Amino acid sequence: MIALIDYGAGNLTSVRKALGHLGVRFSTPTSPGELTGARGIIVPGVGNFEVTGALGPEWRTAILEQVSQEHPLLGICVGMQWLFDGSAEAPDHEGLAVMAGLCQQLPEAVAADDPDVAEGSGVDGRGRLKVPHVGWNSLRLTRASWLLDGVNEGDQVYFTHSFAAPVTDDCVGSTRYGVDFAAAVERGQVGGVQFHPEKSSDVGLRILGNFLRRVEG
Amino acid sequence: MLSKRIIACLDVRDGSVVKGINFEDLRRAGDPATLARRYNREGIDEVVILDVTATIEGRKALAETIRAVAGEIFLPLCVGGGIRGEEHAEAAIEAGADKVGINTAALRQPELITTLARRYGSQAVIVAIDAKREDDRFKIYVRSGQEGTERDAVEWAREAADRGAGEILLTSIDRDGTKSGFDCELTAAVSEAVPIPVIASGGAGTFDHFVDVFRAGRADAALAASIFHYAEHAVEDLKAHLYQHQIPVRLETG
Repeated sequence: MIALIDYGAGNLTSVRKALGHLGVRFSTPTSPGELTGARGIIVPGVGNFEVTGALGPEWRTAILEQVSQEHPLLGICVGMQWLFDGSAEAPDHEGLAVMAGLCQQLPEAVAADDPDVAEGSGVDGRGRLKVPHVGWNSLRLTRASWLLDGVNEGDQVYFTHSFAAPVTDDCVGSTRYGVDFAAAVERGQVGGVQFHPEKSSDVGLRILGNFLRRVEG
Repeated sequence: MLSKRIIACLDVRDGSVVKGINFEDLRRAGDPATLARRYNREGIDEVVILDVTATIEGRKALAETIRAVAGEIFLPLCVGGGIRGEEHAEAAIEAGADKVGINTAALRQPELITTLARRYGSQAVIVAIDAKREDDRFKIYVRSGQEGTERDAVEWAREAADRGAGEILLTSIDRDGTKSGFDCELTAAVSEAVPIPVIASGGAGTFDHFVDVFRAGRADAALAASIFHYAEHAVEDLKAHLYQHQIPVRLETG
């Protein structure tokens, strides 16, 4: 059983539908006590990092307990950012701190020879990158990974975000939009994706499938 | 590199896809879920369901249509047409929409943009603008292009972005259904004025029209309906054409 955590951070319908399509049994606990018995956890999330404030000390303890039992955890979008120490978007809110680093806003001002600016992708009238970063962008695979198993260099996935995690040793796939940022991360059984696998067609379903296989062991 | 998005629009009435010529003379084009599945196979980047009736009976059929499409394709899905308030947006999102497009309602009560953005995030709020050339300006029309307003499209796009819209869906009423090409001047004027993505709509007739709207029109995405409906493999062929013209697009690599 996978626990898809419903902490009020936006709409879970699309993640539910994707899990349903993959034939997975999942529950949507709304309190930390309901995590007992889960074999894997998904932390979704859209919008501002502030929303993760709903994942208070009891949630953190319950989730860290699951992590210590080697149960796989997947953070999606803001749920991935929450795996880090925190985000400049809401400095008063702490992340789970399973991974080191602080999420930062994507830059609007970039050099004229930046590939996106040169091609006129996502650029406004002043030659600045549009933020949020919305749309399909490509993955650069940075090291071997269970999460991105079977994903090819250059495969594109769907993003919609303004803040992003830094590229650290935990990064398994990076994407460039003004800067290189961590699109997919992995540390032990904990994985995270900045993009929306549930909205990324076949590539996204493969990544969700990789997580589910990890849960099944 | 960020790809330019190709978006298929399903104009839906009472559960069936229809396509209007200048918003009138609707003709049937097929089952929404079947079409969406085909577009997904062909590599479409996103799907918009536009409810062109928005009657009470139509709204119930719409929720079923959204469920049917969202259950089968795993792509961003936007729903627009007849979203007059928070409860319509909520119904669409609960049925499986990732984004809602608001048009007339946003103009009449601009605070709706902020309300929806706070509740669902800006990424879920698309402000749709229907514009028509009048003298040297682009004026906004509402009620499916039937009613003119005094508002200027570029100014309104800027205000919508300030209020929390995540994207602008910009339709040229002059070009819609004509197959004579997107209005690149209109699209560029809006795209350069706002810090959020602009989806160009209205007028797609040839693959080169897409090249033009991405280059001269500075569009972040382009939306079309009939060009994809009536020809198999149109999405794949279009993307290959764009790729040959050095426009960054998502191609299937697996």
